[in-house]
Amino acid sequence: MNIKDIKKEFPIFDNKVHNNDLVYLDSANSSQKPKVVVDRIYDFYTKEFSNVGRSVHYLAVAATNLYENTRVLVQKYINAKDPNEIVFTKGATEAINLVANTFGQKYLKEGDEILITELEHHSNYVPWHYLRKSKGVKINFADVDENGDISIESIEKKITPKTKILAITHLSNVTGAILPIKEIIQLAHSKNIPVLVDGCQGAPHLKLDMQDLNCDFYAISCHKMYGPTGLGVLYAKKKWLEELPPYQGGGGMIGEVKKEGITFGDLPNKYEAGTMATAQVIAFGESINFINKLGIDKIEEHERELTKYGEEILRKNNSVKLIGSPKNKGSVLSFTLDGIHPHDIATILDEDGVAIRAGHHCCQILHEKLGLAATARASLGVYNTKDDLDQLNSSINKCIKIFNS
Amino acid sequence: MDLKDLYQQLILDHGKNPRNLGKFENFNKDAKGHNPLCGDKVHVYLKLDENKKISDIKFEGEGCAISMASASIMTELMKNKEEPEVKELIDDFLKMIKDSPELSSKIISEDEKTKLMSLSGVKKYPMRVKCATLPWHTLVSAMTDKPGEVNTEKED
Ligand SMILES: Cc1ncc(COP(=O)(O)O)c(C=O)c1O
Repeated sequence: MNIKDIKKEFPIFDNKVHNNDLVYLDSANSSQKPKVVVDRIYDFYTKEFSNVGRSVHYLAVAATNLYENTRVLVQKYINAKDPNEIVFTKGATEAINLVANTFGQKYLKEGDEILITELEHHSNYVPWHYLRKSKGVKINFADVDENGDISIESIEKKITPKTKILAITHLSNVTGAILPIKEIIQLAHSKNIPVLVDGCQGAPHLKLDMQDLNCDFYAISCHKMYGPTGLGVLYAKKKWLEELPPYQGGGGMIGEVKKEGITFGDLPNKYEAGTMATAQVIAFGESINFINKLGIDKIEEHERELTKYGEEILRKNNSVKLIGSPKNKGSVLSFTLDGIHPHDIATILDEDGVAIRAGHHCCQILHEKLGLAATARASLGVYNTKDDLDQLNSSINKCIKIFNS
Repeated sequence: MDLKDLYQQLILDHGKNPRNLGKFENFNKDAKGHNPLCGDKVHVYLKLDENKKISDIKFEGEGCAISMASASIMTELMKNKEEPEVKELIDDFLKMIKDSPELSSKIISEDEKTKLMSLSGVKKYPMRVKCATLPWHTLVSAMTDKPGEVNTEKED
């Protein structure tokens, strides 16, 4: 892969930040967008716009076909069995809320337990939290180890006869740990526990195969996959989407509406109430085409090499403390500097055009466990190079110099 | 250039070695402040004596250099000030951080003004303004016995 050429496909890199080239190291937060995706939104609105699934005129039929075409692209990208297993949502957050809400409503009762981990993003904890009050369920946390990893044993330890669902991240957005989720899913299934995987950080970086993983639910954030904001995907096994109640009510998700009662529509419409993020869905098709054109295998390989390089140079820098050294690390380099708060680091790096994130990264449970209020995080995308990481390192050194002056 | 304005020597010094850090026995007013976006935390303790004068003031906290320096400089300045002066200085500082080019208060010396103005560098960094103002909002809360915690996301 020629990264210089790939970078050229992202118009954002034509801009300067504080008169410097942009070194974008915040892709775990949200990735940049290739021109094909941005153009697709413009073209759709200027040449092809119509609402989908409602009218029979030419534009409506064409828009509906484009919209459904993305569903098939997603299905193939994650190797789901059926396009009807793909539900569009407003983000991964909504995808998880959908499952917590409907699964909780139908299957959970007082005293039941939900198992999550200490690595989870607030999006994979807070939606479940509501069920404490509404259903009287308990939430258990599998322990993260000193490497920032979650082992199969730590999951097994927290499973009880009352555990009704396991919700777990694929790739930690703080420690970068890639969890052995296939084995974890096998373990949970052997005890009849369905599994939701928060795939926000998995989907942009790892080759996915839903049939092989055999998870029950997989949540995806499209804006982290070189796609538009305001869009997420919930993959769910068909039997769940058939069995679970609808999430939101409104137009498009109904069968028949009478004063006496309502029947609900078939999949996937059942879970897509109201006018959806049509332009974003259609443009997201281009994100998948973009990834497919490069090849997710190649992207994975490139990012693995970069992560390793980043780890190496930051470990050599005595002032840097890397957070998390999991067995299998992907695309995330969180760190702290002695005596310098992550927000000061981020502000100083920004002056050089180096964009990182500082804070708790929506993982307060993990930060509490680590005994840190905040960390700095550099995260990678397909457009990053070793030069970017060298720049990161030299800006870190500048930061240390300012603070020690 | 701007970065040098933000991280002036004085700020770095107060950030690394905050004055009045800690807690003391006989405080009679206190309040906590928290910025949930970045995790900055301060807890301001003070003793308001019978003449409504701050006879002692300290703070506990963790956060970035800007928030720690701001709390440090604020507590230095507020010691031995009477209630109306405290109020005047808080208003003056917050106004300066928001939109006014300088401080207008007559009750502090030029040196003290220079010290306070060292925090004005944050004006160019909208995301960091809350770091500088958190201790001050927390002091308001302590002085007025406002219940609950100051939360930067709920202040204007
Ligand atoms: C691990 C993880 N889960 C969930 C989310 C939330 O995703 P979204 O922004 O699509 O709602 C994020 C992104 O911030 C994330 O990194």
